[in-house]
Amino acid sequence: MSTSTAFDEARAEDRAALVGYLPAGFPDVAGSIEALRTMVDAGCDVIEVGLPYSDPVMDGPIIQRAVQQALDTGFRVDDVFRVVEAVAATGTPTLVMTSWNPIERRGVDRFAQQVQDAGGAGLITPDITPDFAEEWIAAADARDLDKVFLVSPSSTDERIAMTTSHCRGFVYATGIMGVTGTKQATAEGVAPLIARTKATTDLPVGVGVGVSTRAQAADLSAHADAVIVGSAFVRTLLDHSDDTGAGLRALARLTEDLAAGVRRA
Amino acid sequence: MTTHPERTTTFDADEQGWFGGPAGFGGRFMPEALVAALDELTVAWQEAMADPTFVAEFEAILRDYAGIPSPLYFAERLSDKVGARILLKREDLNHTGAHKIRNVLGQALLTKRMGKSRVIAETGAGQHGVASATAAAYFGLDCTVYMGSVDTRRQALNVARMNLLGAKVVAVDSGSATLKDAINEALRDWVASVDHTAYLFGTAAGPHPFPTMVREFCRGIGDEARAQSIEQYGGLPDVIAACVGGGSNAIGLFTAFLDDPDVAIYGFEAGGDGYETGRHAATIRAGERGVLHGARTFVLQDEDGQTIESHSISAGLDYPGVGPQHSYLADIGRATYEPVTDAEAMDAMALLARTEGIIPAIESAHALAGALRIAPEHQGQTILVNLSGRGDKDMGTALEYFKLGEPDETEGQA
Repeated sequence: MSTSTAFDEARAEDRAALVGYLPAGFPDVAGSIEALRTMVDAGCDVIEVGLPYSDPVMDGPIIQRAVQQALDTGFRVDDVFRVVEAVAATGTPTLVMTSWNPIERRGVDRFAQQVQDAGGAGLITPDITPDFAEEWIAAADARDLDKVFLVSPSSTDERIAMTTSHCRGFVYATGIMGVTGTKQATAEGVAPLIARTKATTDLPVGVGVGVSTRAQAADLSAHADAVIVGSAFVRTLLDHSDDTGAGLRALARLTEDLAAGVRRA
Repeated sequence: MTTHPERTTTFDADEQGWFGGPAGFGGRFMPEALVAALDELTVAWQEAMADPTFVAEFEAILRDYAGIPSPLYFAERLSDKVGARILLKREDLNHTGAHKIRNVLGQALLTKRMGKSRVIAETGAGQHGVASATAAAYFGLDCTVYMGSVDTRRQALNVARMNLLGAKVVAVDSGSATLKDAINEALRDWVASVDHTAYLFGTAAGPHPFPTMVREFCRGIGDEARAQSIEQYGGLPDVIAACVGGGSNAIGLFTAFLDDPDVAIYGFEAGGDGYETGRHAATIRAGERGVLHGARTFVLQDEDGQTIESHSISAGLDYPGVGPQHSYLADIGRATYEPVTDAEAMDAMALLARTEGIIPAIESAHALAGALRIAPEHQGQTILVNLSGRGDKDMGTALEYFKLGEPDETEGQA
């Protein structure tokens, strides 16, 4: 199930898609499934399931805290496929967002097969670029899995063209120069990168890193095909760590708020 | 004497940073956000190394400021004890007390040339942090050093040194709060600051071009030692040895000898409590192929690919990865890597102190201990050991380990 169906639907409604992220195994495996299903019910069009890894480079302090908690409570890589399976069963396209080493360790082909078997749409790979991902590109192509690579404000036009030529599903444009959950992306700041990216591809372009509010979602949806939110969801759960019900209700409210944002409502 | 960009070996990386091709080691596994900076750095560094002015300036700073070249010293009393001729490359005599000053002066000079105003660095025990703070002070650059909070507590004196030199030290609490996490945090800073900031990476690991660039800034160790061995001692050594954490001092020594097939090359990793206990930092011996901090190399990791914490009495060797060229040299058999335990290293530290009046860094004591272990197979031959640093920083550890500082019992005081 490619993410393209979700983008087609959003486009038909003349709006951006809302992509929501949480790490698998946070607060625990069952809890992450429940939280992600809550986000689906409240209006996320695409789900990113994070794979907790000991040494993430692109994650800021909020996601690091959640990931560390997942690892400390015994997260295993196989858990990510359980979460994907449970979320994809809702019919919402579901991707895995992961650092590279857990893929390489398992075996790239085997990892890709497990994503497919779980009903996953593909992978977002934030710490590897297509020029070093030959094996993953081949494994994804053999299964029609989405390959989502990142472009950055610092990318040259040549590298953007190279990157988008290897993407399937959508292209992930980083809204800021920085890691997740630290600075706020602005439509003005990210518009040039979106324009440079769109000049090279017909694929949808999503903006993530530095996006957390309804107002940002509304502003960014004038330029981007998707708005990607991670740290804000994680923070919501962290803020309610002593009350699961309240956490899920707050998560639903934030999702509805952001969903209204992408509709510029 | 120090930098010879024209002098390649048959064991170098290709243009993408692969040692042994894409099926081998190295490469550049990095977020796209940093690729432009790494490309810019690669070009600037290659241009600088081809510029005689830069090379001359680097050599002059090493000579006049850092006391380089360091001597190659015949340790005669130690040699008598072990039956092989032991030569010590005295990097412990360099400014700031270790080979690391070579790398930071090279990278900081390059930073000035690139017009950047700020440097960041990671540090474990604090040696690379102190060296970076020193180079930043020398060149008038802002400096921020990331250090695991476990290490800032263990190495308060080095935090004070960095502060005195004008650097900001940031304690890192994420992950295991040690060196690998300090690297992660420095990379995160760099993603946000890359337009005006250079990352002074502390070892010959990480994404291309760092493994090659750091090696080239450190290769004076081997270039000098090779020439000194021939001039002072009548020929090449039979064996060379160095300790390996990330591996900058080792690759700095090895490079000059890689194409001397008769010279046996040994790297000694931190065996911690003993290889069999699982508490060690013997990455090449015990690790599996993986990607950590931007390079494919041997990594201490579990079956899920999560990094396993390393253990060593020596903070400078306490790293769960290793420079990719070492993985390559191990894989093809050009160099031999063996673990040395904490206890063997501490014995070697004490032995060198008492026979030669030299207190080595515990890192360097691993190289010495390894050399002593293989000496019986090399009787009458010459073993050149890189004494990569001095032991002043390790006196706290030595005090505890040897129970020093307690007065000897006076005889006849019945």
